[in-house]
Amino acid sequence: MSWVTQTLASSLGRKVIMSLTGLFLCTFLIVHVAGNLQLFKADGGRAFNEYSFFMTHNPVIMTVSYLLYTSIVVHAIMALLLTRHNQASRPVKYAYARPEANSPWSSRNMGILGTVLLIFIVIHMRTFWYTMHFGPIPMAEYDGKEYKDLYKIVLEAFSNWWYVLFYVIAMAALSYHLVHGFKSGFQTLGLRHKKYTPLIEFLGVWVFSILIPALFAAMPVYFFLKHVGVIG
Amino acid sequence: MKINLKVWRQKNGNAAGKLVDYKLDNISPDMSFLEMFDVLNDELMHKGDEPVAFDHDCREGICGMCSMYINGRAHGPQTGATTCQLHMRSFADGDTVIVEPWRARAFPVIKDLMVDRSAFDRVVQSGGFVSVNTGSARDANETPIPRTIADEAMDAAQCIGCGACVAACKNASAMLFVAAKVSHLAVLPQGQAESSIRAERMVAQMDAEGFGACSFTGACSVECPKSISLDHIARLNREYLGAKITSEAV
Repeated sequence: MSWVTQTLASSLGRKVIMSLTGLFLCTFLIVHVAGNLQLFKADGGRAFNEYSFFMTHNPVIMTVSYLLYTSIVVHAIMALLLTRHNQASRPVKYAYARPEANSPWSSRNMGILGTVLLIFIVIHMRTFWYTMHFGPIPMAEYDGKEYKDLYKIVLEAFSNWWYVLFYVIAMAALSYHLVHGFKSGFQTLGLRHKKYTPLIEFLGVWVFSILIPALFAAMPVYFFLKHVGVIG
Repeated sequence: MKINLKVWRQKNGNAAGKLVDYKLDNISPDMSFLEMFDVLNDELMHKGDEPVAFDHDCREGICGMCSMYINGRAHGPQTGATTCQLHMRSFADGDTVIVEPWRARAFPVIKDLMVDRSAFDRVVQSGGFVSVNTGSARDANETPIPRTIADEAMDAAQCIGCGACVAACKNASAMLFVAAKVSHLAVLPQGQAESSIRAERMVAQMDAEGFGACSFTGACSVECPKSISLDHIARLNREYLGAKITSEAV
């Protein structure tokens, strides 16, 4: 299958890998934010805990989750390889350059934004994913059935002001990453047409760069404000 | 007007270079940027110094030879223009102007502001042509082509191969150049027969020359003297990926 490896090793092929993994991660964000909205339900965390149980026991979800972990790793490694290749393409830098005159900041700093997000993902998974899978975690009982009380872990984590601040900063990075990343993913695949490119650009800005990061950031902020007693 | 220049001087490809200060008085705002360099070189020669080497030919924005990175931008502060089309009225009296050569691994410096852009020639030689004689102007008129497609091809064919796209790109990527060359042939019937193999070969050559990958920052299109659209890069991606899946080259 030499033509496959040849394609994937080319500069365009590598970008396709970035695009496909990136767009897959975007679809994950929709599911993740929609599911986590149950945190806002005033039922002491029952809906959220039942949802967490479902997400960690459904075989389809579990299979997709491995695809998700793989995508994150591949996206990060490929980004590193591309960044090295791109930097090597200009061994002598300009003494004076004004890139802000011709391109948006986010498009030139995807690597930095991505690094912030990778650090965030590691810390985020340590706090919630690791505790959910390997404990120690308190239990809750609904209708005679035992559930891991992930809701309590959420409350605890978001009572730290610095942890909340870190989440808000990470979501700002996500916003800038996706304002460039979402539409670029389609450009890499050659999907650019006056019929649907305006829709892609609209979704990239309003859904992936504004709505989703804002909803995610609202969760730690909401629980922190609840913790300090600003909201009931 | 008075202009303070900081110009990159480099004896040859192996020597180390540096920015050298020059002061010019009596520059007319109506001079082109290259004419200002002619004045500088005249002064240098009268003093017995080595003149600044820079590429130029037609001086009317169609040959693609002039290639200066002026005050942090390819071809200077004007958009849709080459260095020869830039006039000194775009600067203020007493301005400091920094002039550097294009910076890219694939464009090594020959001397001062001159770089070797033969990497572009080799990319075109790898597939940027139609292999058979497609006839003369009369034959072209017998192949009906819708106006929108002819315009699309012409927009891409405006590329003069100056390399501003590479110079402006943070990755020194040649995607806009290669896209323009692939695009203007791919949309026309004469070029369609070879469009798959062309995209495959030109991208392979582009990679072999050491250009970077596309980050879709859009800098290339902004700095392109012919304002070639990013639509062509999307078409190149489409042509290349389609070719990889369907072409006979296994």
